[in-house]
Amino acid sequence: MENTQPEGGENNRDLEVAPALISVHPTQDSVAVAVGSDLRVFDLRGNCAVTLVDETGEAFHKDSIRAIRYGANGKLFVSSGDDKLVKVWSTDSWRCNASVCSEKRVSAVAVSNDGLIITSLEFSPDGRFIVTADRDFKIRVTVFPKKPLDGAHEIQSFCLGHTEFVSCLAFLFTVDYPQGFLVSGGGDSTVRLWDINPGTLLDTCEFGSKAGIVDYKGNEVSCSTVTDLCTIPGSNVVAVAVQSLQGILLVSCDLSSQTFGAVKVISNMGDSFIPTSLGCSSSAELLWTITGVSKPHGSNHNSLTCVRVLSGFKKTIPDAALPELTVVDDNEVPGAEKLLEKLQGSVTVEEEVFLAAAEAVKTSMCNLLIKKQYTTEKREFRKRGRNDKKTKH
Amino acid sequence: MLENEANPTISKSTGLPRKRFYRARAHSNPLSDSHFPVPISPSHVDYSLHYPQFFSSSGEVGSIKKVQFADVGCGFGGLLISLSTLFPETLMIGMELRDKVTEYVRERILALRTTNPGQYQNVSVVRTNSMKYIPNYFEKGQLTKMFFLFPDPHFKEKNHRRRVISPHLLDEYAYVLEAGGIIYTITDVEELGDWMKSCLENHPMFEALAEEELEADPAVKLLNTATEEGQKVARNEGQTFQAVYRRIAPSL
Repeated sequence: MENTQPEGGENNRDLEVAPALISVHPTQDSVAVAVGSDLRVFDLRGNCAVTLVDETGEAFHKDSIRAIRYGANGKLFVSSGDDKLVKVWSTDSWRCNASVCSEKRVSAVAVSNDGLIITSLEFSPDGRFIVTADRDFKIRVTVFPKKPLDGAHEIQSFCLGHTEFVSCLAFLFTVDYPQGFLVSGGGDSTVRLWDINPGTLLDTCEFGSKAGIVDYKGNEVSCSTVTDLCTIPGSNVVAVAVQSLQGILLVSCDLSSQTFGAVKVISNMGDSFIPTSLGCSSSAELLWTITGVSKPHGSNHNSLTCVRVLSGFKKTIPDAALPELTVVDDNEVPGAEKLLEKLQGSVTVEEEVFLAAAEAVKTSMCNLLIKKQYTTEKREFRKRGRNDKKTKH
Repeated sequence: MLENEANPTISKSTGLPRKRFYRARAHSNPLSDSHFPVPISPSHVDYSLHYPQFFSSSGEVGSIKKVQFADVGCGFGGLLISLSTLFPETLMIGMELRDKVTEYVRERILALRTTNPGQYQNVSVVRTNSMKYIPNYFEKGQLTKMFFLFPDPHFKEKNHRRRVISPHLLDEYAYVLEAGGIIYTITDVEELGDWMKSCLENHPMFEALAEEELEADPAVKLLNTATEEGQKVARNEGQTFQAVYRRIAPSL
């Protein structure tokens, strides 16, 4: 594995866009979408759009939101991003409880069962471990400490094997396997299965060659980054969003033999629909997907967002074949037109914009996950926004 | 192996490499990405290349020896050379970021192996960035000793994150050290000495060695005298600041 410098063109940050994100409340009480700095929430119980209230010193996000997540018990919601702010919202009043300033732009957040921790991470299903993924191809498994505020220092293991940056993590667990297995996706076009306790790589799914996947230009997808992963709760199926792939992949997993099984492409989501983010509630009946990008800074164009929902997951026996999924009609989506209007910004979205979105997202993922090379002037310019100076005790 | 007599980089009289051909800047930015191969995991490291006498490449199930000492930022190799004869059965490795300096150490070891048959077979060097890739080289609890001699102080506040001892990196060093393993640090910069001691003191997985233990440990004596840097400080009658800690299991 060579540690080489990427060929980076210089990208003007003003032209950068952020992929649209979607997150679903654990009991599907609401659905949240982030497009650029805009956070949009639809309340499915009350069947109405939500107006967010933020009276903290730093009201709302000023720059692209990079991560959103509901807490496991559904009471909290967290959003964070390029403005170096992490905002914690209460899901009953949709008020912002706290705005925390972070030293760096935050790329991912998660909420534990008891509280809140901010880094790029996932919790293991039993809450014993915190798993973080990084750009240097490593996955670190840390023991969740008795006193979280003192920091998490005891490393349980490293999951090493990815040959490119690791972009997303998720846990696959069922009643029979409550501790679960870690699934990771990365820039090396693989989805990998791990036992986090010893840090063992159990299996690798090179989905590119497996499914003979073809991207929207008609080229074989052999080299494509995983943009998002979502495990379907209570099942052995992982939904995968892949850069350049229209639709999604479903990968099945045999938990007893600890290997990946069949890979299926779900391509009936519409031409050029390339999801940027996936979400699912614990009841696991629907897979919510979104595609879209924020509008570039200073641009007159609207941000482009489209939400599509897939159904067809049943509480099947683990050995069953991967399900056929169908796209839920707009008027059958929970919340229907009202939800789509709120989350998308409009009721219907033109298909032509999807391809532009896909290209823009590809560049943006590259920028996020591959270390950029700057000229000296640019580096000096960028340093102005630093806030990791000496803190007053 | 350089056999060429006309090669100026190797001294004719001692057979050892000449330092002046391997000079490099003292400071490197450990946060920048570099071009050198990185093993995907510890099992991907071919130790038969480093310690040919200990590992038969014919696949004999010989001793499954593992590296136990790591000199992080080994510089020109002074400490490793001293440790090699002090602990002849222990495998040890130096990690260095600078290309030329790594090359120098490699040549030095090869030359010493030739002029001292049977010795120096247990020491080697690898060019890598220890701030990023320590878990790629060593398994959990593999090391029994880790050395950090005269690390770059990175004086400016904004460069503190480049320091090789930090709360975050101590998590990784604790991971590769076995319980009971020892971390040795020394510097001639008082502020850095305070910093390293304070990081170690505040980390739940390290505790300070008692005076008696320090007296009894042969490796401690080498901290001040074994390296070029240490000898320079002694010549200038400077003060050194050491912090030697043991890796412990975290309290339940």
